[in-house]
Amino acid sequence: MKVLVPVKRVLDYNLKPRVKADGSGVDLANVKLSMNPFDEIAVEEAIRLKEKGVASEVIAVSVGEAKSQETLRTALAMGADRAILVTHDGVAEPLAVAKLLKAIADEEQPGLVILGKQAIDDDSNQTGQMLAALLGWAQGTFASKVEVAGETVNVTREVDGGLETVALKLPAIVTTDLRLNEPRYASLPNIMKAKTKPLANKTPGDYGVDMTPRHTTLNVTEPPKRQAGIKVASVDELVAKLKALGVAA
Amino acid sequence: MKTLVLVEHDNASVKDATLHTVTAAARLGEVHLLVAGKGCAGAAAEAAKIAGVAKVHVADDASLEHQLPENVAPLIVGLMADHDAFLAPATTNGKNIAPRVAALLDVMQISDIIGVEGPDSFIRPIYAGNAIAKVQTSDKKLVITVRGTAFDKAAAEGGSAAVEAVGGSNDAGIASFVSAEIAASERPELTSARVIVSGGRGVGSGENYHKIIDPLADKLGAATGASRAAVDAGFVPNDYQVGQTGKIVAPDVYIAVGISGAIQHLAGMKDSKTIIAINKDEDAPIFQVADIGLVGDLFSIVPELTEKL
Repeated sequence: MKVLVPVKRVLDYNLKPRVKADGSGVDLANVKLSMNPFDEIAVEEAIRLKEKGVASEVIAVSVGEAKSQETLRTALAMGADRAILVTHDGVAEPLAVAKLLKAIADEEQPGLVILGKQAIDDDSNQTGQMLAALLGWAQGTFASKVEVAGETVNVTREVDGGLETVALKLPAIVTTDLRLNEPRYASLPNIMKAKTKPLANKTPGDYGVDMTPRHTTLNVTEPPKRQAGIKVASVDELVAKLKALGVAA
Repeated sequence: MKTLVLVEHDNASVKDATLHTVTAAARLGEVHLLVAGKGCAGAAAEAAKIAGVAKVHVADDASLEHQLPENVAPLIVGLMADHDAFLAPATTNGKNIAPRVAALLDVMQISDIIGVEGPDSFIRPIYAGNAIAKVQTSDKKLVITVRGTAFDKAAAEGGSAAVEAVGGSNDAGIASFVSAEIAASERPELTSARVIVSGGRGVGSGENYHKIIDPLADKLGAATGASRAAVDAGFVPNDYQVGQTGKIVAPDVYIAVGISGAIQHLAGMKDSKTIIAINKDEDAPIFQVADIGLVGDLFSIVPELTEKL
């Protein structure tokens, strides 16, 4: 079966976002953008399924500005077979992305779509679930283990307080949590090879999807600053502070 | 505006996350609750007592026992014909179900709100809390998840809502529950703990982590966490990780032991009420956000602290 892996280009997780002075958003000019960490885990899982002989082909998809091509090349260098870029400048909300992915899934007929559980820029945690709803497929969110067995995929999910395993009828949607795997680094030869792998350029119009956002961001501000704290000189002082806070008897 | 709130429960009783969400829903209008489960009369009775609730819808069916989104979402979509907004707590359960509901209603969800500004505008953190966005939606029906730590709990007693059964089998037949393995830890769960003790690279090894961090956490009844460095070094499993790509926590007290305070880590814990840092490097960035700092060797400080508590 084919596996579809949507990936997003976001501000690198090591960088501190700078809020623009006019409150219009976060400044993304001249900063490093990378593949969303949860999507790296999704790509890794898809490639592992291919290495196990479960997946026949891994297709990476991204929706965003033309430079998202770099993110797709990263996925190709990790081991994806081909890529589809849906070029769109401006905000692409989860609902619109889910609609694009549905159209692509209708065309490609994957057995599994593996997404990250959330993007570290908008922190929405919606796209996978929305795609599952639009396709009418089952969903295994926050996955820490994925096992395909015949016409079913067993997904172990990270839930509050522990783990839960669900059995989903294929085709299905999986969203990745941190524990699922350790993504590989692309080697230099594979990065070179990725440059010749096929990458299809599309637009939302090709799929008949209206990208008009439903949300308007009225403003973006810095979170309140923390007040400067104090330093204590000894453990005894710290114990007294903990007692004053009511966390120690 | 009529709101429908998804009750977080274990069939027998209502979980606190619901009470925070009711407070957010009450800002929008009349509050109705949905209890979906199997043999959930106990949870429904508790839900009816929550102050400020007008009605409790109860869907009791074998297919709803584990609240699989494939089965619960169509039920909610049906009820949304009579409601203007659907709110769920931003728990793993709420995050699993709500976006599925939103897509079926063809609306954009507003995730993890921390403030209600008006009937169509909300405050939510983005970039792991490094920026706060005010968003306005143009959708006719609202689908929202609520960050519990941002809203006070509604009173669990004092209400007397009418309980009404909503019926029908809801099995979509595409997903089934296999098993659950709820952590047997005596310690509280990381994201809901009142106190957290976290260890970083400075702890040195997994063995040290359990020797140094665990006893202090046990003394304080605290959950244990870790920085990405400690997880990457294999001291503790991934699910301990606090940070932008790990868990976002906001306990009353967060004790960072041997953690330098990289941006990535701060993103996950800087909304804690009180931050305490123990680090031998007095220039470590963690001291810039810590309310109380102690500079010194964690290998002597933490055991002494544990001893004196």
